[in-house]
Amino acid sequence: MQAHERITAAIRAANEAGRTGLVPFVTAGYPEPKDFIGTLQAVAAVGDVVEVGIPFSDPMADGMTIQRSSFEALQKGVSLAWIFDELEKAGGFDAPLVMMSYLNPLLAFGYEKLADRALETGVCGFIVPDLPFEESEEIRTVLEGRGLGLIQLVTPATPDDRLAMLCDASRGFVYAVTITGITGGDAGLPDDLAGYLDKVSSVAGIPVCAGFGIRAAGDVAAVGAHAAGAIVGSALVEVLERGEDPTGFLNSLR
Amino acid sequence: MTSLIQPGEAEALLQAAINGELPDERGRFGPFGGRYVPETLVPAFERLEAGVREHLHDPQFQAEYQRELREWVGRPTALTHAPRLSERWGADVWLKREDLAHTGAHKINNAIGQALLAKRLGVERVIAETGAGQHGVASAAACARVGLPCAVYMGAVDIERQAPNVDRMRRLGAEVIAVESGDKTLRAAIDEALRKWVTDPAGIYYLLGSAVGAHPYPYLVRELQSVIGRESREQMIEQAGGLPDAAFACVGGGSNAIGLFYPLLGDDIELIGVEAGGTGSGLGQNAATLATGTPGVLQGSYTMILQDGDGQVQETHSISAGLDYSGVGPEHALLQATGRVRYVAASDGDALAALEELCETEGILTALETSHAYVAAREWAKENPGKRLLIGNSGRGDKDMPTLTKFPVKVRGHASA
Repeated sequence: MQAHERITAAIRAANEAGRTGLVPFVTAGYPEPKDFIGTLQAVAAVGDVVEVGIPFSDPMADGMTIQRSSFEALQKGVSLAWIFDELEKAGGFDAPLVMMSYLNPLLAFGYEKLADRALETGVCGFIVPDLPFEESEEIRTVLEGRGLGLIQLVTPATPDDRLAMLCDASRGFVYAVTITGITGGDAGLPDDLAGYLDKVSSVAGIPVCAGFGIRAAGDVAAVGAHAAGAIVGSALVEVLERGEDPTGFLNSLR
Repeated sequence: MTSLIQPGEAEALLQAAINGELPDERGRFGPFGGRYVPETLVPAFERLEAGVREHLHDPQFQAEYQRELREWVGRPTALTHAPRLSERWGADVWLKREDLAHTGAHKINNAIGQALLAKRLGVERVIAETGAGQHGVASAAACARVGLPCAVYMGAVDIERQAPNVDRMRRLGAEVIAVESGDKTLRAAIDEALRKWVTDPAGIYYLLGSAVGAHPYPYLVRELQSVIGRESREQMIEQAGGLPDAAFACVGGGSNAIGLFYPLLGDDIELIGVEAGGTGSGLGQNAATLATGTPGVLQGSYTMILQDGDGQVQETHSISAGLDYSGVGPEHALLQATGRVRYVAASDGDALAALEELCETEGILTALETSHAYVAAREWAKENPGKRLLIGNSGRGDKDMPTLTKFPVKVRGHASA
């Protein structure tokens, strides 16, 4: 099984067990670098796939919560190289990992080395929020050549022909952004969410996971009726920020 | 750096730039540029690109734009001979006076052009970012002129140090929004404006102030600023009797520099861009992106940026807020890689001294940003005696008085003394 197929399989296994796939996001090394692996193990014990956020100096698609966690992690010395080293020491998790990173840290790390380290540490795919499909060929070629997935994002404003192209290109799952906005917004989920997610799910040959604005069990249920999985980012980061138990919070979403 | 361009490729790329073939269809200037934006913004950028293609070179749009440049901005701006500076430097020095344009800098050429475009695209409101406040003021004025509401994102640190411009923007009817995220300066303001644009890509026009960011901005801003170089070229021939041997412009994001250089690329003129050398050559001590940076992706474009080994973008330092930026326009990255333009850095202290020298010799209080260009021009003049120089005097220094007040005026033997 290729690495990106592990992502797909994990979401499908949750669905077959009658659950909505749960994809929690944590900013690596936040709030404390020393707790990174412990937090990740706890989150991976509940989540079906876990997103590991790579801190970046210019998180332009993120709201205040992820920005804040990102800057603080950077100030505490968190880097991509450090994250890979920690993951390697931990020696495996209950859920496949996906890295969410802006392009520049990956570019600086080097794509070949990135693929090597990902395969050595249980990272199965990447989400790159500032990399539209048109600019993605170079990294996609490297990752796919090694069986790793580059997960594409789609939005409610994505035209139909583009939606088909992005769903076709995506590996692991398709990331359906629920709102036109940034992460961590409090505007709630849009009224036409069901129609939008149904459309994406009908086009995609792999599971669709919805993200942005999912904060509580009701949101997960609303999304779960029309998509294979739900991505929970800012709300979980806020739980970690307050020093609360991520396991309890994640279980409460089910 | 040159390794990004294959041997032999530089000449072809430069020729393509001179022929107006760049950026290419993908928004690339050779390896640089492109469009690295979130999927949420892709439709907005495609709409903008289509709008630029439809309107920018439409004769009716151009007639309207040229009329605004003439009657509202006050173009053409003067080309001024600088006889006393020339004598001191042992050269023939000419100044392109963008400081005389409405609102006091070249920024207005771009702001009014994009505001007219926004109007044509039928948006409900305009957002802009600003560092020193010059682009914010220009945007506020241009939006008032075309009758569109305007919100300007400005870092909290810059709001503090550029208070007079904040008040100017508000009086011109703009809402000024303090940005508390990131480094609280220009880079954070751009990030925040992009975040706002994502929420309503169809109703908002993002009026970007420099030749940076994702395609089509570097192209659009260059086209709107090239009036500087075109006028300079004609005026030099008419007033100075020929083209200059060298031309100088300061470079932050690089909009005034590309505006001056672009129409001169095909001429036998040495072109020199001058970045902010700050207080030293270490990371964080300057904003000399081309002189000391490495290639990477920042705010939508593959270009030269100031970053650490992990690809984290670094904060910058310059005495001039307008040059205080960790990236640079992708076309400058290409012009450096091809060797057509040389980029050097001038320190805070040298820029201050140059500002003072221009005040003393020609009675012009230039902007701290612009002062950097004079530092390199003076050095070049020393090494090339008797040559003809053109300096892009991109803006006036009135806005810098709060900074300048901290440095005592040198006594120059006043008449009353």
